[in-house]
Parts: sequence; structure tokens; C-alpha cells
Amino acid sequence: MVVRMNAPIKNKLLKGETGEWEIVIGMEVHAQVLSQSKLFSGASTTFGAEPNNNVSFIDAGFPGMLPVINEKCVEQAVRTGLGLKAKINLRSLFDRKNYFYPDLPQGYQISQYKDPIVGEGEVLIDLKDGESIKVGIERLHLEQDAGKSLHDQHPDHSFVDLNRSGIALMEIVSKPHMRTSEEAAAFLKKLRAIVRYLGTCDGNMDEGSMRADVNVSVCRVGGYDEFRKTGSFKSLGTRCEIKNVNSMRFIAQAVEYEARRQIEVIEGGGTIAQETRLYDSKLGETRSMRSKEEAHDYRYFPDPDLLPLEFEQSWVDAIAKTLPELPDEKKARFMQSGLSPYDASVLVGERELADYYEELAKGVDAKAAANWLNNEIVGRLNRDGLSITDVPVSAAANNAIIQMIFDQTISGKIAKDLLDVVWTEGGDPRQVVEARGMKQVTDTGAIDAAIEAVIAANPDKVEEVKAKPKLSAWFVGQVMKQTGGKANPAAVNAALKTRLNLPDEG
Amino acid sequence: MSDLISMTLAEARDAIRAKKFSSRELTGAFVSAIEKARPLNAFITEAGEQALTMADAADKRIAAGQIGALEGLPLAIKDLFCTKGVRTTAASKILGNFVPSYESTVTQNLWDAGAVMLGKTNLDEFAMGSSNETSAFGNVINPWRAKNSNVNLVPGGSSGGSSAAVAADLCLAATGTDTGGSIRQPAAVTGRVGLKPTYGRCSRFGVVAFASSLDQAGPMTKTVKDAAIMLKTMASVDAKDSTSVDIEVPDYEKLLEGGIKGLRVGIPKEYRIDGVPAEINALWTKGADWLKAQGAEIVEVSLPHTKYALPTYYIVAPAEASSNLARYDGVKFGYRAEGVRDITDLYEKSRGQGFGAEVQRRILIGTYVLSAGYYDAYYSRAQKLRTLIKRDFEQAFEKCDVLLTPTTPGPAFGVGAKTSDPLEMYLQDVFTVTVNLVGLPGISVPAGLSENGLPLGLQLIGQAFDEATLLRVALAVETAADFKHSPAKWWSV
Amino acid sequence: MSVDKDTVRRIAKLARLAVPESRLEPMASELNGIFQWVEMLGEVNVEGVPAMTSVVAQKLKWRKDQVTDGNQADALMINAPGGEDHFFVVPKVVE
Repeated sequence: MVVRMNAPIKNKLLKGETGEWEIVIGMEVHAQVLSQSKLFSGASTTFGAEPNNNVSFIDAGFPGMLPVINEKCVEQAVRTGLGLKAKINLRSLFDRKNYFYPDLPQGYQISQYKDPIVGEGEVLIDLKDGESIKVGIERLHLEQDAGKSLHDQHPDHSFVDLNRSGIALMEIVSKPHMRTSEEAAAFLKKLRAIVRYLGTCDGNMDEGSMRADVNVSVCRVGGYDEFRKTGSFKSLGTRCEIKNVNSMRFIAQAVEYEARRQIEVIEGGGTIAQETRLYDSKLGETRSMRSKEEAHDYRYFPDPDLLPLEFEQSWVDAIAKTLPELPDEKKARFMQSGLSPYDASVLVGERELADYYEELAKGVDAKAAANWLNNEIVGRLNRDGLSITDVPVSAAANNAIIQMIFDQTISGKIAKDLLDVVWTEGGDPRQVVEARGMKQVTDTGAIDAAIEAVIAANPDKVEEVKAKPKLSAWFVGQVMKQTGGKANPAAVNAALKTRLNLPDEG
Repeated sequence: MSDLISMTLAEARDAIRAKKFSSRELTGAFVSAIEKARPLNAFITEAGEQALTMADAADKRIAAGQIGALEGLPLAIKDLFCTKGVRTTAASKILGNFVPSYESTVTQNLWDAGAVMLGKTNLDEFAMGSSNETSAFGNVINPWRAKNSNVNLVPGGSSGGSSAAVAADLCLAATGTDTGGSIRQPAAVTGRVGLKPTYGRCSRFGVVAFASSLDQAGPMTKTVKDAAIMLKTMASVDAKDSTSVDIEVPDYEKLLEGGIKGLRVGIPKEYRIDGVPAEINALWTKGADWLKAQGAEIVEVSLPHTKYALPTYYIVAPAEASSNLARYDGVKFGYRAEGVRDITDLYEKSRGQGFGAEVQRRILIGTYVLSAGYYDAYYSRAQKLRTLIKRDFEQAFEKCDVLLTPTTPGPAFGVGAKTSDPLEMYLQDVFTVTVNLVGLPGISVPAGLSENGLPLGLQLIGQAFDEATLLRVALAVETAADFKHSPAKWWSV
Repeated sequence: MSVDKDTVRRIAKLARLAVPESRLEPMASELNGIFQWVEMLGEVNVEGVPAMTSVVAQKLKWRKDQVTDGNQADALMINAPGGEDHFFVVPKVVE
């Protein structure tokens, strides 16, 4: 596997009026911790409940209410940290981030500011060309989610629903190690795969379980290398934080737009203000968030309602033992079994897909299994708008189909027809083959009879083929047609050669 | 019935168990005493009807032989404890008519033990004050008056309603909370006992927060024994409070016995402060002599960072308060200003109109000391000072078992006498504030009268979670002082 | 460090407190009095002293991951100065 710390910048430059620019991207991803109850209260985390139903008095900031930490959330953060190959801090602190907002009922968010639970780590991101790039993780910390304000229900009022208030989030902060929108999208994709493998976040971007803020800056060519060498942010441009980027597609669009915007501003003689911008997916542009413009002074201080979060290394070790095989390890194993880097990374991108593949590939050729999955199964899923979890034909059934191709029970062509049958009608592939007579004809008697029939009907073609042996393909096709596609093509070839006296090279 | 209401908690408990009178009789006596004492303004919410219902339920349990530790005993609750279905105000307009749907752990413990709630007592707004003059429901009048004087005095604060109620026999005992002296100082200036337990001993769940790392609930009682009885029930290990400590609650009443022979009592030399009246220091010396006479060894100790305690407190407490009080924003509960333009206007006006002057002052101080550029100079430095102050105590406790100090720099003062200068008011807590910074338990015991006939208290400071020893020494002070004074009941004539 | 009128205005804004213009100056002088007194902390050498993070020695309590709370939208709304259909209602917020 090729892993580069710092990919060459070819194809990563943006051309402006005054020369070429580099883009530098960092990300802050909020991943909702998979847990039954909230970070500091016993209210449910279920999505889509009636307004303010999943709310305890703690989540609503009522007088006298106190936070008590959910051990599962701590464990999930540690597990994620381990999955990011990161430093786990055995002692961390919860701080209050103070600001006023209607969906922040306590008037502060409990977060981790100076001493997060997880320190530096890394993520390998997989690019289309099969390359992998290492993106550094700065930190991961636990914090409370805010509630939700609905602004479009009433002309003069906003409505506040606190169901989300207090749900545990992991804020995962990357280093500014991404250079293109593709890399940014790949980072999020890989991070999503990792937390889903770990079972620490469901990665559901539609329901807001994973939300990304993207930090974008531009600099002149060479600035980024300088930054990686010296660690000095001075060699990078001023960054803007783009909020609310809630799909892989939008990330690429938002980054492209924002980089172009910054270059235009700078080239027009302006300067970039460090600010928070909102991505508007309808307009495909970013705009300054006026409400966030006001200089913030969050007045962080350690939350006196909580003590330092402390645990033993042995507890971390015990969690480490329960970690599943992660995408990178799985990818390496798949590649060892003969898959290309590209195929392997596509398969490991979704845990369910990888699991399906593994069952599918049992005892059959890996490459053939991967091709079958990518071309036939995924193709049909896409056609039907289904995901791998809804696939109507089990991996075991597909495994049987592939085995039948290999032991020449059916031809590749028949196999596709067979998949169509079981896809729509269900049933056991072997039984379907039996019942519908889809077996390949390898019986030489039947093949010979079909050959004779074709020769009899086309005497002129016999002469042509003898002159030009390459035309034998036409005969093969005709014989296949005669046998309803069930004849074994290799057997047909051999029989034809004998009958027409064709040279071996035919 | 005046003999009923002047009983101690222990006496009433034993009498009820002996079926000398019913809880209803006892409760009824307090309910009418409370009505007569309205000029003191000790209660924000009187709950007479509910009290009698609770008393009847207690009487039924007594008849059935199910007798809790405080069965049928009427108590007053500082209006900082959330009480289910009963308005809880923190003496602030901003909580308006807030009615909690939940009960604080401390009060739940009391009701579970069979106690009866007489009502919610007045306090300084959000417990910020030392004279009960910052309450949005008006100030409380101390039942005590100086010799030959009709001048109204303050009952101390912030638990001024509770201290007045205990001193005026309006309850057998009351709950208080103590962030910088709010139990001990009002107990001292009303001639009664006030105990601030070790931080973490009583749950903070359901207690309206002022400064989370300093707040601690405790009993305000007529006697040391009553304080032991109350603490046993108020204290618990609470899963709902992350800072509540997993140490079993001992039977403090039983542990009162045994005397103080051989105990070492520390006298911190830094508590001799310029400007403190001679009678305070004289009483302090007397207290040491009493303990020595009962077999204790008196040792001088040093707490070198004592003078920094009060300024440290006035950074830490407002900082925490500025954050704790952010939830009062006019959105989910409480007061909301009318005629606002937008959400920011709603916040600013609701809070500007809903909080009183002292609360606003402290929110501003707290916001300032936490703000960018000042955090290190103020908050961070103050938290380091706390570490140093804690080390002082650790070193002192190598030489002694408890510390003896005055509780207040003087007796109760006149209403309005110190309201113009916040700093002068803050100095009321000079002896009490230190233990809050380091979480230690402290108790004030009435020890004598000032020249003008007003009660003065002595403070004992104990080691963490050793309230038992603290109470034992307090009993020794109480026994020696033999303080039998009560205020004349001028309000009910 | 001295607190002036503008500082009071700025921190009042941060604290979302409507302090009338006429109160800014007196408040500044009150706060100055307090901060001047607090300045005495500056004379203590706190080099290498850890900030206090817990008052008494104890471990943070952890809770099991169980749903034990919620389903009380009515109780949540009874004290709300603005509420509709189990939502808290505020003047429109513009993002």
C-alpha cells in the first residue's frame, strides 16, 4: 500500500488571475455517540421523537439539576480514540463553554477544552487512484449536543425542541492535512467507516448523527510544505470555518466554492477575515453567518459540577481487546487475497458490504467474488435504489451461484439470468437451476447433434470457416443458440474443431 | 402551646414517640406561630395546609408503628431547595412563580424520614448576601433586638429566613445552604447552631445552584444534638450528584458522646484580624478556655494564606455563579420581559429586570474574571490560591484535630447599615468563607451575648468527613457556654 | 487593571444583562473597588501550584447507560413563559 504524508501537488492547484494557489483543509466532525441515553442525563437518544419528549430536567437546564456522566459514552470515546490510533488521556476535564442561544438551555455547553479525552491520532484516507494519504487527528473530545431551533414554523417566532440537547457528541478535529475537496470527502468517508465499524456512531448524516465543519484556507504554492516542515500556521492563509456541511457531495462543493471565493478576494486586493460561514446547499455557496459574527468570548472554565474524568490503562486495554477488524486491516487482508487496492477499499468502505463480501467469497476466487459483487449485485442494488442491507439475495446464495460457474454447472451468462430470477422471485439457486433446466450442456452427444443441425442449415458457412478459421465464433454462437445458451462454450469449441477439422490456433 | 414550639428537635421527637402529643398538634402550633410572626418576613411561602396533611400522614404512620427518624417533626426549608409542587423562588423575581416537578435529594431524605414541611424560608437572592437584604421578597427581620432598642436588625444571610425561623421558634429546625458562610453566619447572629457539612456530604441535586464548588446544604438548629440528628437524615450518597461522596453516613447523634479529652484544638493565629471588636476576640479566648477545661489541648496553628481567602472567594463564587445563572434567560421557565424586539433583547431585559442589583453585580464580576485576557490573572490564580489554602489546612491538621475561631466579626447589625458598600458586606464572611474554598466542615455554636445583648457564635472547623468529631467538640462548647437566651417575642404581642 | 464604563457595557453584553446607561458609571466604580481589593492575590507566588479541580478527594461518579428519564413534555412546559405544542417559543432567531 502506498502511503504518502504529503501528496505531490500536481492536480491540486487552483489557477487564479495572478498565479496558482494551494488549498489547505482541516475538518471538525461532530459524531453522535451511539448510546441509549444522553451524556449527562437518563433521557433517550432516539431520533424522531415528539417535541421535547426525550428531555430530562437536566437537559433543559432546570434549577438544581446536575450532570452525571454516562459510562457508555466514555467507553465509546475511548473506543473511537483507539480506532484512530490515538493517544488516550487517562485524565481529562470537562469545561463549560458559555454562550446564550435558545437551544442551549443551560446557557453553557459542557465540553472538553484544554484536556480532551483523546489526543493525537491518524486516519488513512483512500483516494480513487488506490493511493492512501495519512491525515493527522488533533484530538477527540466529548461534549453535549444542543437542541434544535425551528425558524420556519412561524413568521415572528422560533420554536425550540430540546430532544437533541445533551446527547453525547464526539468532536473529532483533524489537522489541516487535506489538499483537495476529494481528500476532504475521502476523510469524512473514512472516518464514517471507522466509527461505524467500531459501533460508536451510526454515521447517519441525514439524521445529523455526523456533521462536519470544514476549515478552508488558500496559500501560495509552497506554503503548505513550509507548514508541514515548520508547523507554523503563518505559512498558511487565514481560514474560514464552513458550518453545516452535511453530505459528502456538499463537502466537495463547499470546499471548491470557498477556495475560489478566497482566491478572488485576495487577488482583488482584499484580505480574508477569519469567520464562520454557512454552506447553502441550494445555492451552492457559502455565506457569512451574521449571528456568529459577534466576537465570542466563551469564558471556558472547568465545570464545577463534575470532577476530572479519570480511568485506568487496564480499562483502556480491555476495550482495545474488543476492537473489531478496522477498514485498513480488512483492506490489507482483502488485497492479500488478490483484490486490487481499489476493489478492496470500495468493499471495506461500508462494513455491511465488506461482511457481505466475506460470506460471498467463502471458498471461491476472491477476484471473481468481488467482480460478481461489484458488477452484478451492486449494479442491481443501484438500479433498484436499495442498499446492501436490503439485498434480496443472500451472500450464501450468491456464493452458490459463483460456485456453479466455477464447477461449470452453469455458464456466466446463465448465472446472470439465474441471479435475476432469484432476485425477483427468491428461491435456492441450485434448486432453480435444477427445476428450470438451466444447467450447462456438457453432454457431447447433444452438442454434436446441435453442430450437425447448424452445419446442415448452413453449408456455405462451412466452406467459409474452413478458409477463415476465425469465423468459427459464428458457429459457436449458432450452436449456443440451438442449445438455448446452456451448452458449455468450451465443449462446443472443442467439438467444432474436431468436426470441421480446424487448426488448434483457430 | 408556646412550650410545644420552644422544644428542641430531639425533645419533640422523643415526645412524639412517647405519644405525648401528635404531629398535628405540634404542626398546628407552628403554623399559627408562623402566621403571627409574619412581621419577621421569614417565609416566602407558607405551606400550612400541606404541613397539616403531612402531619396527619405522619400520625397515621406513628399509629402503625412506622416511625421514621424525623417522624412528624415540622421543619422550615430554605427556598433554594426545589420542592415538588411547591413554589421555589431562590428569592428572585427571575424564578417568578416557578413550581418544580421534582424534589431536591436533601428534602426528599427529610420527607422520607417522616418530617413535615412548614414552608419555604426567605433568603438573599440566589443566596448572594450576608444580611437577607437582597431578597426580591423583602428583607427578613432578626427576632433579636439589641438591649433597649427597637431597631430592626438583620438575621444574617443568606439563610436569614431559616435563622430567624429557628430563633423565633417557627420550626423545630431548618435547612440552610452555605457557600461562604450562609448557614454559620446567620446562625451566629441569631444565637442558634448552624452546620456546614463537608462538601459532598449532602447532595446538591435539586438545590438551586449559586457556586457549585462551594455550595453545601446543612442544618440550622437550636442545639448541637439537633444538628447531629438533622445531618444524619439530610446527608446521603446520591447518584444524582457527581460530587456527592461515597462515604457512609454515620449516626452522628450516637457519636456525640465521649467528650473531648485529649483532642487537640487549633487556634489559627491569622484569625486575629485588625478591626475586629475586642469582645469577639475575648469570646474566642473564652471558648479555648472552655475546651481546655474539658481536657482538650489548645495549640496555636498557622494558616498563612487566610487573608487571601475572601478575595479568592469573590473571584471563584461569582465566576461559577455567572455561569450557573445563565439558565435564567426567560425561555424555559421563570420571568420573561414584555415587549422585546428580538431574542437578545429578551435575554437582556428578562435578566436585567429579573435579577436584583447584588446578583447582577456578581454576574458582572464573574463574567469579567472569566473573560478572555483575564482568566489567568483572576480565575486561574484564585483556583491556585485554593490549593495553597488547602495545604495550609492540611499542615494545620497535622498539629490539631479541630480549629476554633470566631464565626462573625460582630453581632447582628441594623437593617440597611451595610447595604451601600458591597465590600463592607462581603467582610461579614471573613471567618467563614475559608472552609468553603477547601470543602471542610464548619459549625457555629452560640457562645455568648455581645455588650448590647446580641448573640455571638464560635466557629469550629473540622477535617473532611469528620463531622462526628466536629459535633462532639461543638457539644463541648455548647455545654460550657450554656447559652439559654431567646429573643423576646415582640412580634406576636 | 481598571474597569471603565465601556468594560461594564461589554461584560453586561456578554452576560446578557440590560444595564441602564446611567448605571454603567456607578457600576464601574463599584467593580473597581472590588477588583482593587482582589489585586492583593497578585502578591502570592503561585508558580508551579496546580489549580484546584476538586474540593475534596473523590472520584467522578459514572452512570449506567439506561433510559431512566424523559417522557414529560407536559411537566417541562408548565413553567414556560412561552410555549406551544410542547415547543418553547422565542422571538424569531435569524442565523
